[in-house]
Amino acid sequence: MFTAAAIRWAVWPPFYGRQLLRQIIDIGYYSLPVVGLTTLFSGMVLALQSYTGFARFSAEDTVATVVVLSVTRELGPVLAGLMVAGRIGASMAAEIGTMRVTDQIDALDSLSTRPMQYLVAPRIIAGTICLPFLVLIGDIIGVFGGYLVGVYKLGFNPSLYLARTLEYLEFSDVFLGLVKAAVFGFLIALMGCYHGYNSGRGAEGVGLATTNAVVSASILILISNYLVTAVFFGN
Amino acid sequence: MSSTPKIRIDNIKKRFGTNDVLKGISLDIQAQESVCIIGTSGCGKSVTLKCLLGLITPDSGSILVNGVETVGQSRRAREDMLRQFGMTFQFGALFDSLQIWENVTFRLRQRTKLTRQAARDVAADIVTQLGLGAHVIDQYPAELSGGMQKRVALARAIADKPEILLFDEPTSGLDPITGGVIDNLIIDQVKKLGATTLTISHDMASVRRIADKVAMVHKGRIIWFGAVTDMDNTGVPEVDQFVHGEPFGPLTTGNSD
Repeated sequence: MFTAAAIRWAVWPPFYGRQLLRQIIDIGYYSLPVVGLTTLFSGMVLALQSYTGFARFSAEDTVATVVVLSVTRELGPVLAGLMVAGRIGASMAAEIGTMRVTDQIDALDSLSTRPMQYLVAPRIIAGTICLPFLVLIGDIIGVFGGYLVGVYKLGFNPSLYLARTLEYLEFSDVFLGLVKAAVFGFLIALMGCYHGYNSGRGAEGVGLATTNAVVSASILILISNYLVTAVFFGN
Repeated sequence: MSSTPKIRIDNIKKRFGTNDVLKGISLDIQAQESVCIIGTSGCGKSVTLKCLLGLITPDSGSILVNGVETVGQSRRAREDMLRQFGMTFQFGALFDSLQIWENVTFRLRQRTKLTRQAARDVAADIVTQLGLGAHVIDQYPAELSGGMQKRVALARAIADKPEILLFDEPTSGLDPITGGVIDNLIIDQVKKLGATTLTISHDMASVRRIADKVAMVHKGRIIWFGAVTDMDNTGVPEVDQFVHGEPFGPLTTGNSD
């Protein structure tokens, strides 16, 4: 019911542009450092791990390919999703939960404004739009992390590493990651809003809503990650 | 009175789980009348107010505003109906993320194409009438004291010039002097707007100041309704105990349900 209402009000006027912009800045812009750091170090450790593993059967030259495919298909969207779930899912649940507890949602309603449309819809739209952009940037940073380790620590030739990075990369790899990111963004915002909106009374209720938002979003990210991958590569 | 009441609450009942919160509340409020609902915590006062606003749907009964049934009405009809209402909540319920001018003119800006500057001017005008400096319009609710927040909540409630004003504990958490100031502001603004008011309060000094009539709710029913001037001699033990704040009597803490 909540999901259906959230989707309905996300496409139904009036649209609250300022609320949407605020959420886009919150989710997209302010999540960049945490997503960037996560993907940078993941790309770096991935290069290091694959090198030490692949060296056992003389396949070191596939490191760049492994890094780019892993980052774009899996690590980029999943890690960015989990980090944003922790940052944004929690903050949405806490903010909306506090509004519930302090009667601000009832106040919105009494002022002839639909809370679903004013509070939930902009967050859902922003989450769905911003995650793919975050992941795209995260992908580039993650691949760059692999490049740094590959070239400066493992001694790969820079142009050869770049050539290997692009050689087996297909549009569908990046596209899959971005589709996943959009799904994750939707789920993170949905869980944050849902648990905040239905928060129990008092500080304990808001705390519980915050925890539930992060946990449920994280679990849904992992489940939907498999489902989206299965749909793309099921055959 | 033979005229159609501004608000008619007719035998509304509401149950949460096994708890019968409202067991048949009926109340007529005439136009421009100021009615206060009193009663112990948990007796159903706030639920009655929320039913009136449509925030909670009663299980049965009827609520007429200007003769129009509001229970079970469509969302759009409810939104139109809500335009007649202004409400202040117990703890202000100001929007934390918005500045004071945005809070005050929230509904005006949703409803009209008020420019930012015009909205700021309107907000400054209203908060000044309520005794606040115009500079507060650029502040956020968290930067204001409790009394100032109550004034801003009142400003938001009256900004769209509603016909009906609802006040949920307008003086709770305030010192007696600030409470008195808020009461006087309410009286002034209600007179200016010619509004009908329904107030929930535990503060008997406040009730005496702002009410024409008083309804006492106990165990989900109205057990007394009459003029505020008759409040001291009702002959109803529960009302007498509540009005005089006696610790001993038929009312005990937590027995209201």
